Amino acid sequence: MANSATSAPKVRSFPKVEFTDSEAGALEFPSSKSRTYNYFKPAKLRATVYEDVTVDVQPDPERHLSQGWIYGFGDGPGGYPQEWTAAKSSDWHAFLDPNEEWEQTIYRNNSAVVRQVSLCLENAKRAGAYGNWNAAWQKFIASNLGAWMHAENGMALHVFTSIQRSGPTNMINTAVAVNAAHKMRFAQDLALFNLDLSESLDTFDGSVHKQVWASAEEWQPTRKVVEELTAVGDWAELLFGTNVVFEQLVGQLFRSELVMQIAAKNGDYITPTIVGTGEHDYSRDLGYTRALFRLLTRDEQFGESNRELFGQWLAKWVPPCLDAAHALQPIWSQPAEKTLTFADSLGATKEKFSQLLEEIGLDVPKELEK
Amino acid sequence: MSRQSLTKAHNKITELSWEPTFATPATRFGTDYTFEKAPKKDPLKQIMRSYFPMEEEKDNRVFGAMDGAIRGNMFRQVQQRWLEWQKLFLSIIPFPEISAARAMPMAIDAVPNPEIHNGLAVQMIDEVRHSTIQMNLKKLYMNNYIDPAGFDITEKAFANNYAGTIGRQFGEGFITGDAITAANIYLTVVAETAFTNTLFVAMPDEAAANGDYLLPTVFHSVQSDESRHISNGYSILLMALADERNRPLLERDLRYAWWNNHCVVDAAIGTFIEYGTKDRRKDRESYAEMWRRWIYDDYYRSYLLPLEKYGLVIPHDLVEEAWNRITNKFYVHRVAQFFATGWPVNYWRIDGMTDADFEWFEDKYPGWYNQFGKWWESYNRLRYPGRNKPIAFEEVGYEYPHRCWTCMVPCLVREDLVVDKVDEQWRTYCSETCAWTDKVAFRPEYEGRETPNMGRLTGQREWETLHHDRDLADIVKDLGYVRDDGKTLIPQPHLDLDDQKKLWTLDDLRGIRFASPNVTLNEMTDSEREEWAAAYRANPNVCPA
Repeated sequence: MANSATSAPKVRSFPKVEFTDSEAGALEFPSSKSRTYNYFKPAKLRATVYEDVTVDVQPDPERHLSQGWIYGFGDGPGGYPQEWTAAKSSDWHAFLDPNEEWEQTIYRNNSAVVRQVSLCLENAKRAGAYGNWNAAWQKFIASNLGAWMHAENGMALHVFTSIQRSGPTNMINTAVAVNAAHKMRFAQDLALFNLDLSESLDTFDGSVHKQVWASAEEWQPTRKVVEELTAVGDWAELLFGTNVVFEQLVGQLFRSELVMQIAAKNGDYITPTIVGTGEHDYSRDLGYTRALFRLLTRDEQFGESNRELFGQWLAKWVPPCLDAAHALQPIWSQPAEKTLTFADSLGATKEKFSQLLEEIGLDVPKELEK
Repeated sequence: MSRQSLTKAHNKITELSWEPTFATPATRFGTDYTFEKAPKKDPLKQIMRSYFPMEEEKDNRVFGAMDGAIRGNMFRQVQQRWLEWQKLFLSIIPFPEISAARAMPMAIDAVPNPEIHNGLAVQMIDEVRHSTIQMNLKKLYMNNYIDPAGFDITEKAFANNYAGTIGRQFGEGFITGDAITAANIYLTVVAETAFTNTLFVAMPDEAAANGDYLLPTVFHSVQSDESRHISNGYSILLMALADERNRPLLERDLRYAWWNNHCVVDAAIGTFIEYGTKDRRKDRESYAEMWRRWIYDDYYRSYLLPLEKYGLVIPHDLVEEAWNRITNKFYVHRVAQFFATGWPVNYWRIDGMTDADFEWFEDKYPGWYNQFGKWWESYNRLRYPGRNKPIAFEEVGYEYPHRCWTCMVPCLVREDLVVDKVDEQWRTYCSETCAWTDKVAFRPEYEGRETPNMGRLTGQREWETLHHDRDLADIVKDLGYVRDDGKTLIPQPHLDLDDQKKLWTLDDLRGIRFASPNVTLNEMTDSEREEWAAAYRANPNVCPA
């Protein structure tokens, strides 16, 4: 007791604030007003935040990188070699993501989707919305939406996450990384929706999706294309094959031209809200994909050879994607309420696909008419 | 989300992966490690549904603080000595961050565990966040700090500067070579688990003491993601340890990664903390004291040492030698002296040290004044143009050092210099370990075993070679380190902006020839080289009284 009464108070130590007058404008001297990143030319008069935080963060020996890449692979150069794709560009840095994705947009947009999906699911439970689902629709969602979530997850991890190591600029790789995040979130949302349904409906089979994806006849050509896409080494072909061909001919066909169209008629107003977020993501992701491939087809130096190359990629990927699309035809007959035919859906899909190819500057492949 | 439902949700998400039967994902980035016997476990139950709102909330706090800093005129109280070094640091760090994002598919390719792929992909998004949030912080500095020069040229300068190149290995090391060496051991097990403590915790602490509370705001937000990344790294490390064949590779990579991180990160962060601060309270921790706490105790003793129970040989000798270099061999101080010697080819200004600094250094690092005091007095004496050249070209008893071929920090601990002919070229190394890294570790064979996936040291590794025998004014002009009047240099060896006469211009550098030490070394005869090396090692490089 005596000790505590006599011990000296502890002296706190803290740094002293000093006013330094180091604000912008405190003095005038050379470069005192040089307040823009001056090592790149913005697309418009003033650089956007996106350009400021993205351009040239991944160095390039063709721009400012004077000592070259200081580590190499055992069998080739390091960094981001342009040879990692057969596509060519006279200036890869000309590509800017039309979505202008950087960290704030990533979290704002995806959080908005999370809130939308969460609210939708909460309301559905509160309203007992799944109670109206007939057996056929439950089976349809359990099997087919369940199978599709595997495709989304496969693309997230082994297509888009993979590509973003390989593009020659930061702008390309960051756009693709965001695409990966979309896919991963959407795949998980579908899986957690599946879990919700399992917990809400005694008759909902929450595990059948594994078997459907692994062995159901109608889904095997889709799984085959997804797996074959993940085996592609050329990053631009992988992006083209996935976002231009597979997502158009199979992804959109299933999500937009089937699920989104028929769910309401089958008493389901929840699934379109969730699948709609995936469609919204794809719309954004198609935006950057279209911009990139348009740039390559219009390249003054390499446009012609790129168009030829993309024609080869179309010839390679359109047939298996059409096979996958046709194999899915039986699922159009599974719901109780059949509001549209497979032919209608496929027709709309082909039309959108043709329009996309036209926007990119490519001929519609003959395989599409088969 | 409750813990129980989190587990259920996570289990559900693991159902998304499948075993492919038609084709397997391309292996773009190989590894010499094997994972056939690896247990499959994912400690990181990360679900995007909770991840995005969590990060958005963190972002909102960061951006709120940024607004507050501007409204509260933070730059009235920021120390210029501190913020000038941020021109270097913030030019470097966004690249390692984005490289970490790019490294994730390498780890995914290499590790056949779908459960961990999810966590690695989330890390990818984190790293995009870190890179762009740091670029945005730098933009705020550029817009609001008194001297934007150096911030305005940031990524170009990073790509063409000797110090930028030293920092670049901290990013390139993540994305090149053996996928596990790069994306796991170098990036996660060593860089993130050990050295982000000094980078993202100790350094922001110092920023706050110098009036800058935005660096802590941004970097603590970044650091709060790192614990998840550390879990990713540890999981893969444990998987690798399950196979005896990986043991020699793990031990090789721990030695390389530990030593390279020490050489690079301690050089940079040590300098920023010790020479960028005005806070000279005696009870303020020195970099050495911070290092002891954050790296020696928290990392080495709490993380590395327990790995011995798995039979892994830990590089105790290198941990002790790093500590020895930081305390007894004045590593950080020699680096700071080198940065200041090379001021004309920097893109930031370096404040001279004062009596108050001398006293603090002597207290924290006994013997400091005898080694460095006179040199810093010369630095101050020679800080203005007109009557003298830049200090590197004046006789102050300082011999310009040779560069380490491996870590690219110069060979500053002179007695440890290694000289060897490798790949038909005479090279210098700062240490035996850096020599080993080039000659033994980064090769297609290691201890009699083929290691075709191991990386290679490439590029123009000696920066000075690019500019050999050129006029210094032309070099600086070509690098772009000139202000908007076309003649005043961005770098200055002082902080005085109030008088144009105190500012160095291209004219003050004209006529000075610049030489590459390595080119000169390769022109020597065997006997000349031996004599030179002996003299180099023996020279204490002390400024005469």
